[in-house]
Amino acid sequence: MDEDRDLYMMMLRRMMLIREFEENVKQLVQRGELVGMAHCYIGEEAVAVGACAALRDDDYITGNHRSHGHPISKGGDVRRAMAELLGKATGYCKGKGGSMHLADFDIGILGESGIVASALPVAVGAAMGSKMQGNDRVVVAFFGDGASNQGACHEAMNLASIWKLPVIFLCENNQYAVTTSFKEAVAVENISDRASAYDMPGVLVDGQDAMAMFEATTEAVRRARAGEGPTLLEARTYRYEDHSEGLVRILRESYRTDEEVEVWRERDPIKVHSEWLVEQEIASQEEIEVVRTDVAETIAEALQFARESPYPELDDLMTDMYADPLPIYN
Amino acid sequence: MPEITYADALNAAIKEEMRRDGSVFIMGESIRGGIYGVTGGLSQEFGDRVIDTPLSENGFMGAAVGAAAVGMRPIVQSLSSFLWVAMDQLISQAAKMRFMFGGQVNLPVVYRCGMIYGANSAAHHTDRPYPMLMNMPGLKIAIPTTPADAKGLLKTAVRDNDPVMFFEDNNLTGTRGEVDEDEDLTIPFGVADIKHEGSDVTVVALAGMLRRAVSVAEALEDEDISVEVIDPRTIVPLDTRTILDSVEKTGRLVIVDPAHKSCSVASEISAMVAQEGFWSLQSPIQRVTSLDCHFPFSPALESEVFPNEDKITDAIYATLEE
Repeated sequence: MDEDRDLYMMMLRRMMLIREFEENVKQLVQRGELVGMAHCYIGEEAVAVGACAALRDDDYITGNHRSHGHPISKGGDVRRAMAELLGKATGYCKGKGGSMHLADFDIGILGESGIVASALPVAVGAAMGSKMQGNDRVVVAFFGDGASNQGACHEAMNLASIWKLPVIFLCENNQYAVTTSFKEAVAVENISDRASAYDMPGVLVDGQDAMAMFEATTEAVRRARAGEGPTLLEARTYRYEDHSEGLVRILRESYRTDEEVEVWRERDPIKVHSEWLVEQEIASQEEIEVVRTDVAETIAEALQFARESPYPELDDLMTDMYADPLPIYN
Repeated sequence: MPEITYADALNAAIKEEMRRDGSVFIMGESIRGGIYGVTGGLSQEFGDRVIDTPLSENGFMGAAVGAAAVGMRPIVQSLSSFLWVAMDQLISQAAKMRFMFGGQVNLPVVYRCGMIYGANSAAHHTDRPYPMLMNMPGLKIAIPTTPADAKGLLKTAVRDNDPVMFFEDNNLTGTRGEVDEDEDLTIPFGVADIKHEGSDVTVVALAGMLRRAVSVAEALEDEDISVEVIDPRTIVPLDTRTILDSVEKTGRLVIVDPAHKSCSVASEISAMVAQEGFWSLQSPIQRVTSLDCHFPFSPALESEVFPNEDKITDAIYATLEE
């Protein structure tokens, strides 16, 4: 029970870490301190946190452009993540990747793809590796409702199914591909329905409920480890922010109503999980607040670390291109 | 040394590397049967390390990246023309991943790409896409022209820790040559090979054009024209030193490239020599390439599109004009 409590409290903590991280990101963008694009995960925290709670440290994940939450859910270092967002040498990718390309291969975070659905074939390949190497590591591939319309997604699902690979296709259906509703863009009612075309289970999950995500992923992971093949999970969720920070200044037509956003905010994933913890007498409200305070300190410290870190040196520009560097001819 | 075909040399390289290293596997479309004349029979020895894939080039070329990222060494077999379908995975993942993630991961994957041209296959199956990929950092590119190079370069490609695009000229599949049976013999990337020594004109020739250039060089001996034929063998890395040294000696340069003219490897080598070896040049550089049109189906037209002996000879004469 203590172990379970630790897990459920860790889930709370990680959701709060993501939220606090992203609230800081918003401010950094507004102040011009964070340059380039930033896609916030606020509102979707339960999806990645619930899913990664079902994983071992040596399992793999792949992500997409909206992927600050994925590495944090997998136990990544918020200091290195924040430093990467600020383009610093201490960042996960030494400042070469930025917001959309966090990766930590030491803990199975195989990287995020800014090109929608592009990481899905890569996830399938990592699962091929697991199978050929005879280990039972599974891969969770996070992607969105928009990505579910890409050919790469369907090729990846078919490959994983015919080869019975340990992949969990986790569609984070936040309902909009930038501004286009999935209801206009997806031919079936639920994205999980698409699983039937690939002879795998398709499960629609409440993406605002971390425990529901944890349970659904746990079953998919069991299946994958047992050699029974892939699962498609559709987490129905919602992003509170626009597609990317600052986009509101460009859009000339609204694509969703304030009322719709409010309805989803009512089912805030951190609130849902906190209430569950209290109801189950796992934690008191006071204990939850302690976590919140601690998380704020952790993120503040991460931001300080990122700000104080040096930028990469120009000498580093041509490094990392090749593992076996090209010869230099004089 | 035994004389074997280009296809058999590739087969030998694959077999030897798969025996040497259990993390090497090969996948592609209809490769167990050996649709391209190279991989047939491999599955009898290597079982499920020889994988027939569905027709999902973007899917399996990307899967190779993922497998490489977790410690496997995939060889992917396909056709150059199918690379277009898989560009997202080749560029967004294979080429960019290592740099973008700050060098956290090595991607030892080899994409073997057959190149069909001059086979009345029309535009959709007739491609030489290596110049476009040369413009994309992150990939290494080998183009073997002889059975010995095919074997030695493919073994290097498999052992290399970066993504390698390995272009096999299908016009060479049945050509024969001496190949060393030494399993430890590899040919390093970035080392050009002088296939025919000469002192009057330097000809750099790529892929199937190498044989044509050598045959022209041999024919011109009767006219007392001494042609040096250089085979770069890899274009990333490109052995600029060997080319510049030869041009310093000859003062004249012809580049024969079966790719289309604009932004071809011929163009890149021309620019490099114009910049680095300008004062050695005694006449304008000549590019002999495919025309900037698509390959037509009709046999009456197709052979006119790519370089032939006459075009190479004329270009050599042009460099010798006073």
